[in-house]
Amino acid sequence: MDRERKQLLMMIMAEEFTAVEFNLYLDTHPDDRKALDDYNQTVKRLAELKQQYEKKYGPLTNFGYVPSEYPWRWVEEPWPWEINFA
Amino acid sequence: MWIYEKKLEYPIKVCSTNPKLAKVIITQYGGPDGELAASLRYLTQRYTMPTGRSKAVLNDIGTEELAHMEIVASLVYNLIKDATVEQIKAVGLDGYFADHDRALYFVNGSGVPWVASYIQSKGDPITDLHEDMAAEQKARSTYEYLIQLSDDPGVTETLRWLREREVVHYQRFGETLEHLYDHYGKNHYFIMER
Ligand SMILES: [Fe+2]
Repeated sequence: MDRERKQLLMMIMAEEFTAVEFNLYLDTHPDDRKALDDYNQTVKRLAELKQQYEKKYGPLTNFGYVPSEYPWRWVEEPWPWEINFA
Repeated sequence: MWIYEKKLEYPIKVCSTNPKLAKVIITQYGGPDGELAASLRYLTQRYTMPTGRSKAVLNDIGTEELAHMEIVASLVYNLIKDATVEQIKAVGLDGYFADHDRALYFVNGSGVPWVASYIQSKGDPITDLHEDMAAEQKARSTYEYLIQLSDDPGVTETLRWLREREVVHYQRFGETLEHLYDHYGKNHYFIMER
């Protein structure tokens, strides 16, 4: 996997991890408006990054979330456990 | 339902083949305080949580633990995939090799397979939350021991991140316990009734 793709994937990981953190925090602090605003901002940035990635490298999710080019790109390698960031 | 995302939650960096390290890290895959136990524990306890918040916390942390299970599996897979049979024998993984080759299986650091009795689902939300908080502390300790055992700086970095997640989960479960005490209108004191 080339550097550019790894870099974009890392950015998605960072943004989505931020979303997970806000998600768990909001589960126990549903009235925290500032955290909710931050969560919503993160969702927006994450969606943009994913769109950018999927356009180039194929879908990150299946089951009807993202369309695929021909031929069905979901089966393309590498799978996540095959990507070593060392 | 769950939707799979073709990425890890956190990147893995495996510097070199290291079956000796794989042998101990696998305990966080299928050991008593590992990620399979964690995810299944929370995802099965969620059904009998009494409030929207407590259901959300169990559901979401249980789901994140599935992602951690995948990270641990990816570490083990990459540490062992290119190991020679000689290396596997040298680190005492020959018994594992006989049963599984270099495939992933749910065992602890001593090769004992996963059992459902590692987890409990008691139907009493206060009891379950106490188990969950203890489970997060046990997982944190295990990651600290694994960090001491790790001689791969890339792997250590991911183990540190996984350890931090246990600290955050413990915090969220603690807040959920407080929320449940409020929900039931009980006080927080530890009073033994006569
Ligand atoms: Fe956890």
